[in-house]
Amino acid sequence: MHNPESIDIFTPKDLETDQEVRWCPGCGDYAILNSVKKILPDLGQPKHEFVFISGIGCSSRFPYYMNTFGMHSIHGRATAVATGLKVTRPELSVWVITGDGDALSIGGNHLIHTLRRNPDLNILLFNNQIYGLTKGQYSPTSEVGKVTKSSPVGSVESPFNPLSLCLGANSTFIARTIDKDAKHQQEIYKRAYAHKGTSMVEIYQNCNVFNDHAFDIFTDKEIKLLNGIYLEHQKPLIYDGGKKGIRLNGLQPEVIDLEEYSQADCMVHDETDKTKAFILTQFFENHLLPRPFGVLYCDNSKPTLEGGMNNQIERANIVDKKLAFNSLLMTNAYWEVK
Amino acid sequence: MNNSKKQLREVVIKFAGDSGDGIQLTGNQFAETTALFGNDIATFPDFPAEIRAPIGTVPGVSGFQLHFGDTHIFTPGDAYDVLVVMNAAALKTNLKSLKPNGIIIANISGFDSKNLRLANIPEEENPLENNSLHNYQVHKIDITKLTKLAVAEYNLGNKESERCKNMFVLGLVYWLYHRTMDKTIQFIEQRFKKEPIIANANITALKAGYNFGDTTESFTYQYEVAKAESQPGLYRSINGNQAMAMGFLAASLNAELPLFLGTYPITPASDILHELSKHKGYDVYTFQAEDEISGVCAAIGASYGGSIGITTSSGPGIALKTEAIGLATMLELPLVICNIQRGGPSTGLPTKTEQADLMQALYGRNGECPLVVIAPSTHSDCYEMAYIAIKIALEHTVPVMILSDGFIANGAEPWNIKTIEQLPPIKSNFITTDADSNNYMPYLRNANLSRNIAVPGTRNYEHRIGGLEKENITGNISYDPLNHELMVKLRAEKVERVADIIPPQKFESGNEKSSLLIIGWGSTYGSIGAAVNELNNEGYDVAQIHLKYINPLPANLEELIKPFDKVMVAELNNGQLIKLIRDKYLKDAIGINKIQGQPFMVKEIKESIINHLNNA
Ligand code: SF4
Repeated sequence: MHNPESIDIFTPKDLETDQEVRWCPGCGDYAILNSVKKILPDLGQPKHEFVFISGIGCSSRFPYYMNTFGMHSIHGRATAVATGLKVTRPELSVWVITGDGDALSIGGNHLIHTLRRNPDLNILLFNNQIYGLTKGQYSPTSEVGKVTKSSPVGSVESPFNPLSLCLGANSTFIARTIDKDAKHQQEIYKRAYAHKGTSMVEIYQNCNVFNDHAFDIFTDKEIKLLNGIYLEHQKPLIYDGGKKGIRLNGLQPEVIDLEEYSQADCMVHDETDKTKAFILTQFFENHLLPRPFGVLYCDNSKPTLEGGMNNQIERANIVDKKLAFNSLLMTNAYWEVK
Repeated sequence: MNNSKKQLREVVIKFAGDSGDGIQLTGNQFAETTALFGNDIATFPDFPAEIRAPIGTVPGVSGFQLHFGDTHIFTPGDAYDVLVVMNAAALKTNLKSLKPNGIIIANISGFDSKNLRLANIPEEENPLENNSLHNYQVHKIDITKLTKLAVAEYNLGNKESERCKNMFVLGLVYWLYHRTMDKTIQFIEQRFKKEPIIANANITALKAGYNFGDTTESFTYQYEVAKAESQPGLYRSINGNQAMAMGFLAASLNAELPLFLGTYPITPASDILHELSKHKGYDVYTFQAEDEISGVCAAIGASYGGSIGITTSSGPGIALKTEAIGLATMLELPLVICNIQRGGPSTGLPTKTEQADLMQALYGRNGECPLVVIAPSTHSDCYEMAYIAIKIALEHTVPVMILSDGFIANGAEPWNIKTIEQLPPIKSNFITTDADSNNYMPYLRNANLSRNIAVPGTRNYEHRIGGLEKENITGNISYDPLNHELMVKLRAEKVERVADIIPPQKFESGNEKSSLLIIGWGSTYGSIGAAVNELNNEGYDVAQIHLKYINPLPANLEELIKPFDKVMVAELNNGQLIKLIRDKYLKDAIGINKIQGQPFMVKEIKESIINHLNNA
């Protein structure tokens, strides 16, 4: 945490811009924008040190609505732009705003390489399982059989399991949250900020125009308790209001009834345990298991890209650079003509 | 033995052998020693396309051509005086360019039945045996065997002993041209610091080659080439990619900004990455990205943060970077894109030279997307052109494309070293000082139409930019039709105004009264220059203009071109600059084009000019 000078204290209101917000009424993006605005003033870093970089898509309009520094770049490349900025300006807090098409389709290559390099970026992936800006085609996270404008008889493609993909790319921080839960979002965004390394946050975001109700099972009062599980570090995996838990049978997670079993039988969440994190990402593939929300994995031990690069630069630092440069020009054999 | 000495003005030598024979190293050593002695030189390394093409075959032949003399050397030379070949394939590939009565030094072991078969030469047609080389002075030497004998005392394995044979050849050629071995001995000692036995074996082979020349009676003459007259100063030998890297570094130091290279390995551009990655101590970031797109985007991110973002590639990579270059154009951020051109399209001829990406540089993006295009004319010129590219990018907030090519990148020449103090100052448009309140207008323009770029982290300069069309002055998103037209014109005009700072165009030879004007750009400078010089010495009157600034073109160019009835444009492509010249100046120019992956030969240009002159 930094100690901001008093002139650097700001409020969520100061983060508003003069640009009219152009998302469809009812879009989940609004809630995400508000949650980010809510936490920024609490992070202890002055407003002018935040940078939001986005790609292309509905979510990527985000920087225009956030009165910090921001760049609306090109489709899929925000992670690459952000990497160049972060390594040269490590003191800045750099956030990447992206979507399922932007990050996982056209920008998939940059995403996985960003994760393995681990620059200290916070990536907010707005996953609405559809192409919104281009008006409703299936995306790399749309489910098999999805009927859209470009798949009128149903998509035959299998979707990505985004957090599993990220873990596979050696991500050091993966988390999941959802647009309708402001409190949870804020907690996760603060965790993402605190993590030194690339923080990957998948946000379930409802596109009420082209893919409405995609996440109702995690938000509807009657059923959400059955379908989602909220992870807490070092706590047993319990859901459905304490009625159900998850235990590990070997490496297989399975649901247990807590009237029959005790909490001691449950798998205990350890966000530093990569094997367990992998198991958690696989809940996605099994519809009998609840979907985990929260921080699935956090490894603070891995060096950051900017740390590595700047260390090498500092170690090699030349004091009188111009003098050294002139002699560098002459290090190869040289001769004099008089 | 006392051989007679013969004085020569200039010599072209070609070293050729298998790519595993150490030909490039041999050539480079001879070039450096010769440059150090004081000759003017031009070199032309010719690599095989495959890294490990089958040993002994024609596709595996690696060559190094060197032209040196006591006078100004324009090109690596059209034809060789001396051809050194380590095997049959090397002779087969290169014989056609050997001058009549030229010298061949051939390694006999490279012509055994196996090597002949690999080179697809029937055994009974062994050129060393069948008298087909009677028009040349052939020196058949069993270099492999002599080398092995010379280094026998070191008890190296068969392969390792054989590997010293390039040093034997080098020693022999040093003897032939009366050169000292000091530079190379130093080099070997340095290179094999940790393996003294290997070092000694190589030095022994080198000296054995030299002594072989001295004792054998096979060579009638030893040759001498006197020093060239050059401007006083300190010189070194430098190739295009090295010079480019040094120019970038110099600009970063004078601008007092970190340099960020975002790039992806590609032939023939990678050596710039290799060079810059050695110099982190100068605040140099080198980022080897996952692909070409990421390389340029990361460079844009670095420029956005107030560093100098540059990216290097070759044609195929530039194609991938296209969209991002458009973004930089829209954001009006400094960015330098360096294209070391090679034969295209597609993968094309990766190791061969071509100038066929000019149209791509000028027009190859979506939308109206002009950028500054410049082209170094010689290997060492890359130093100042790289420097100028960064200066323009920073001072005009515009992407700048540098068009070098394989010939410029890999070939070397002596360079009159320009220290950092001899270069013009650079002042960036970055705002890094906090303000009391936020009145910042990101797209408010300076006199040269550049914008001032407030860098993230600067208090009270928070603002958003992006690839959507900008409203003039405020930089807000705007879909207004007239605003779009205005912005397109402003971006174009900003590029045009770069003409205000580029040096006026001059004639390299001749003047507006000459009977023909030949125009070239980029790496053809030497070939065209040599051709024009020879023609003018022969009594013709030809004028030469060589363009280094292609967008914008120099402001006075029209006035220089106007008086000519006969205008020719020579380029290593199917006619690209010529379209620009015809379009801009309505001149019925005639093209001299070559698309063979090889530089122009001087005689090719001469013939074309003479033909056109005779076609009254
Ligand atoms: S199309 Fe969907 S994602 Fe896009 S703004 Fe509208 S509701 Fe939101």
